[in-house]
Amino acid sequence: MKRGAVNPAPVDMAVKIGKMHLQNPIILASGTFGYGREYEDFIDISNIGALVVKGTTLEKRNGNPPPRIVETPAGMLNAIGLENPGIEVFLNEHLPYLRERGVAVIANIAGNTVEEYAAIASLIERQTGIVGIELNISCPNVKKGGLQFGTDPEMVYQVVDAVKGETSLPVIPKLSPNVTDIVEIAKAAEAGGADALSMINTLMGMAVDIEKRKPVLGNIFGGLSGPAIKPVALRMVYQVYREVNLPIIGGGGIMNYIDALEFIMVGATAVSIGTANFISPCIARDILEDLKGYLRQHKLGSIRELVGAAVQE
Amino acid sequence: MPFLENGLVVGHTRVSEDIYELEFITPRIASECHPGQFVHIRPSLSSYHPLLRRPLSLYDVDKRLGSITVLYKVVGKGTHLLTRVRTKDYVDVMGPLGRGFTLPGTHKNVLLVGGGVGIAPLVYLARVLREEKCKVQVLHGTENQKQMVAFDKLRQIGVEFMPATADGSAGFKGLVTDLLYKKIDPAEIDFIYACGPEPMMELVAAFADQHGIPGEVSLEEHMACGVGACLGCARKLKAEDEEYVKVCKDGPVFSMDKVKLYKKINGR
Ligand SMILES: Cc1cc2nc3c(=O)[nH]c(=O)nc-3n(C[C@H](O)[C@H](O)[C@H](O)COP(=O)(O)OP(=O)(O)OC[C@H]3O[C@@H](n4cnc5c(N)ncnc54)[C@H](O)[C@@H]3O)c2cc1C
Ligand SMILES: Cc1cc2nc3c(=O)[nH]c(=O)nc-3n(C[C@H](O)[C@H](O)[C@H](O)COP(=O)(O)O)c2cc1C
Ligand code: FES
Repeated sequence: MKRGAVNPAPVDMAVKIGKMHLQNPIILASGTFGYGREYEDFIDISNIGALVVKGTTLEKRNGNPPPRIVETPAGMLNAIGLENPGIEVFLNEHLPYLRERGVAVIANIAGNTVEEYAAIASLIERQTGIVGIELNISCPNVKKGGLQFGTDPEMVYQVVDAVKGETSLPVIPKLSPNVTDIVEIAKAAEAGGADALSMINTLMGMAVDIEKRKPVLGNIFGGLSGPAIKPVALRMVYQVYREVNLPIIGGGGIMNYIDALEFIMVGATAVSIGTANFISPCIARDILEDLKGYLRQHKLGSIRELVGAAVQE
Repeated sequence: MPFLENGLVVGHTRVSEDIYELEFITPRIASECHPGQFVHIRPSLSSYHPLLRRPLSLYDVDKRLGSITVLYKVVGKGTHLLTRVRTKDYVDVMGPLGRGFTLPGTHKNVLLVGGGVGIAPLVYLARVLREEKCKVQVLHGTENQKQMVAFDKLRQIGVEFMPATADGSAGFKGLVTDLLYKKIDPAEIDFIYACGPEPMMELVAAFADQHGIPGEVSLEEHMACGVGACLGCARKLKAEDEEYVKVCKDGPVFSMDKVKLYKKINGR
């Protein structure tokens, strides 16, 4: 039998992010894959590294007025406004389904106060199936005049520290790129006790309807995602990898395995796939298979060998 | 159950100035299609601009051949790129998606009211209604006779067809809703379906409401995922509603009595 023809050589795709052991580095990004069920006819998620579920708050939220999305060159803006049924409904109605599928679930939580983040984290503790908590810190802190948690190092420290106090699960703050110095924010998260970092969330932007002479989005501003943001995301992962000693879940505009490799080579241990799911619902599986192909082609034993490979001294 | 399928293009015709008919072979998707559902098509396989898929209604479906036909109007970048697709090319199709029309049962008297390319979902609906032995009347309103593109298909399906054109070049001169209010005897109608501009659908819904006739409309909203995952296609059905529906998953078809369209809501 010809080598590799029928049974391609096995490659080691497993990665470790803090205490999380994932079967492979492919992660489905929060807000782009619902609760998994929405895509069940298209892809078997049990083969994917992890699924980050839609951002969840303590109470149900109805979200922003429409229009909520608008396509932009090589990207899209979204202003969903964290529509979600609240943590109880997530735990009772959606988590059991995901548990049955056998997929590693990362909860994504959001709040308006440090106390809210802590309260949700304590509810998630001891829920089988959930392997980690991603903190969406691109939310306004109502006690600090609506300033986004993720834009202030002190608030980042506080929210990470408070959540760590409530849970033994790995805590992964998801960094907002809408800051002057991403490294400063990453260091604050590290000081607060973060187990890993997820980056990047969407870049704040807007679009204008010239016929109506108004902003397109009901919320005026929205988050830019998709291929357009990849260069910015890569740069930020690179900077943080050099300065901070935490595993990174990298993403922003990943559309194929080449994009995924770029993130891995600038220091991401795992990669998150967001907007690309809307274009190809099976893209996560395809990227995983193509990454394996790359490893075989280059005679590499493990995906871990490539982490940070492009980072210069 | 929906599928992702590469559809071999077997026909692509410009049927009016800016309206095209595209037929492709996607047997798995075709076998699952129900009128009122939609397919989500990538306008270009190789480019990231435009990035997102475009939702298009099922204009006609041939389950034996495994083919689907869509009728689309060129309005922007995505539909413009789609015009370049040629016979023997492949299109990347997701579908069928969404909740389609409710069928009223056999041997009913049914009225379909379409405005512009809003006629698209009503044509496949007419075909299925005829299979159910319903008597189908179709009112179609357009600017002019050239845009009256569904005429041949509807004649072949076997419906009573009444056109209305703004310039009077075909059929009734005026709005399709004027035609509806002037010429249709509500006593003869068991069920009404409408698809087109929202002010038009609102007037059709008001007609149905006045006469106690049940009916459904098909709504539009900008979409990303098309499957209920991104929550991008949210809108309110009535101004006073607190919650948003997802047009891609809860719709695109909604019962007329649940919607109040013409009020200035949903940012319009
Ligand atoms: C369920 C459903 C069924 C539809 N069926 C048909 C059909 O059978 N025939 C037809 O001609 N059109 C149909 N439309 C409208 C069609 O989807 C849009 O005309 C098309 O997406 C425009 O794309 P574009 O790139 O040419 O325009 P652009 O304006 O350049 O598109 C920019 C963005 O806005 C979105 N968009 C623009 N207009 C609409 C719209 N009216 N509805 C939803 N999204 C829009 C696009 O998808 C894209 O994401 C349907 C829409 C929905 C929601
Ligand atoms: C429609 C939409 C909804 C999103 N919702 C969330 C969310 O609830 N919580 C969160 O942390 N990130 C959310 N994101 C951000 C994505 O998880 C991801 O970080 C971002 O889109 C960049 O990656 P991408 O370019 O691959 O999409 C959302 C993105 C999109 C497009
Ligand atoms: S388009 Fe994503 S939820 Fe409807």
